[in-house]
Amino acid sequence: MYTDDKRVRIISGHYGSGKTEFAVNYVMNLKKFSNKKVAISDMDIVNVYFRSREKRDEIISNGVEIFDSSISASADLPAIPKEMLIPFVNKDYDYVVDLGGNDVGTIVLGRFKEYIDLNELDFFMVVNLYRPETLDFDAIIAQKERLEKASGFNITGFVNNTNLVRETTAADLIYGDEILRKVSNATGVPIKYTSYVEEVVKDITPEVLSKLSGEVIPLKYYMREVWM
Amino acid sequence: MAKVLMKGNEATGRAAIQAGCTFFAGYPITPQNEVPEYLSRELPLAGGTFVQAESEVAAINMLYGAGGAGARCMTSSSSPGIALKQEGIGYCVFGEIPCVINSVSRGGPALGTIQPSQQDYNQATRGGANGDYHIPVLAPATIQEAVDAVKEAFEIADFYRTPVMVLQDGLIGQMMEPVDFDVPVKKREIPPKSEWALGYGNGKAHIIEGIVIDAPYCEKKNLRFFEEKYKVIEENEVKYEEYMMDDAEYAFVAYGSTSRICKTAIKVLREKGIKIGLIRPQTLWPFPKKPFENKNIKLFIDVEMNMGQMVPDVALACNDKNKVKFFGRCGGMIPSPEEVIEAAEKIIGGAE
Repeated sequence: MYTDDKRVRIISGHYGSGKTEFAVNYVMNLKKFSNKKVAISDMDIVNVYFRSREKRDEIISNGVEIFDSSISASADLPAIPKEMLIPFVNKDYDYVVDLGGNDVGTIVLGRFKEYIDLNELDFFMVVNLYRPETLDFDAIIAQKERLEKASGFNITGFVNNTNLVRETTAADLIYGDEILRKVSNATGVPIKYTSYVEEVVKDITPEVLSKLSGEVIPLKYYMREVWM
Repeated sequence: MAKVLMKGNEATGRAAIQAGCTFFAGYPITPQNEVPEYLSRELPLAGGTFVQAESEVAAINMLYGAGGAGARCMTSSSSPGIALKQEGIGYCVFGEIPCVINSVSRGGPALGTIQPSQQDYNQATRGGANGDYHIPVLAPATIQEAVDAVKEAFEIADFYRTPVMVLQDGLIGQMMEPVDFDVPVKKREIPPKSEWALGYGNGKAHIIEGIVIDAPYCEKKNLRFFEEKYKVIEENEVKYEEYMMDDAEYAFVAYGSTSRICKTAIKVLREKGIKIGLIRPQTLWPFPKKPFENKNIKLFIDVEMNMGQMVPDVALACNDKNKVKFFGRCGGMIPSPEEVIEAAEKIIGGAE
């Protein structure tokens, strides 16, 4: 359950993992169940398009506070506003951080490190087995270690978001689960969620669900336009 | 091979390596930075050479050297960076240097915005270098097509000894899509480069020309380009897609990202009983003329992320400028399917 996660959830993963779609879906759902204030920070200064800040109005209208890392949603003027600090220290907040694309993207986090209480932190790594950077056991381990080294935090949970966008099937999720479970067994880091886009993956059955790890959550496309 | 999910820019880099590109020179600019980022990491591993040039001008001139010495080579940039390369492209044309120029367009003019645009249609198809010339311009609309276009661009470049441009808008560069790198592309019988490239002369002079003193010779060379290259390219290299055109009375004309938006719009318009299809040029030069000979089409609705740069080509192709209408956004703004539908209904309603 979203509310069972630690108060501060940092969502990381290589670009293309589906990190931002997951983060936006997560925060929208979290808002439904949380009795705290809910905020999301878009700390991605790596990617230039398809940023959660582009969905600012929709996010705000759902009662979620959003902090951007750019002067305007469509500009490329990276800036880390001081407001991003507030939900790290103010315990009235449930906080979701959409972190930048790869190990370079995590550097932004250093600015807030001294304010982050490890007891309050979940650090999720979103994995898509069809991305070249995370296409097998070794690559995922390497990516995990790079993220941990750059951020200084340990990954506390994986998200299996294996997908080929609109061509994704349940078999892809199961394939992702098989490999990611091996990584999970080797590292002791649990698979917390398996996520898929409901309008795309139509063949989710009880049998499929029995083969998937963690909480299985349907997503909707916030970032990807209908013609993409 | 199984499909992988890749960003257009990365896929462009990988396709270049797969096509045998051994030399890349470029200078960073959004929204194509993942191309040099990827190649700086992967090209040396594949035995090639990556150079971050001191400028866009330097990069295109490095291609003049590398391509002149027979290497498959590529540079990549975005709108204002491509503007800087124009002089060098002209030199590559005149020197008959095979090379690939990847252009990922953003809003302009000038440094403009970093958002996607198609405002470089004229820049690509008319060019900014001096003299009479054409270069083939390929315009992919998916990441798969971008991969195939990059591979084919090298083939076309080597076969005709010409620079070839792959024109992508920022969306294609930044978007993630599944892609299969094993889709075969058309191979061409390429004469050995040792026949002309520098360093293979074995006592025979191999000369890459940038200047000729003799005007009659210069004219002859121009005429040879038009007769032996451009005419043949126009005959053999035109590529386009016709989508839902069988019974169409109206046609969108669009390439790249906007063609995808038009396809979504077509579904809705067809549900409303409007018989509309899409003509999608996949090569912008040579421009596909044949699909515009369709006499059933009452109006061609050109949709672009610019102010109508393709309109003259459509008018020439259909030979009736009164049949050509336009809708577009520019400066880095992307039209929504709803906007396109509304514009089409207005245009068609006005006609009926």
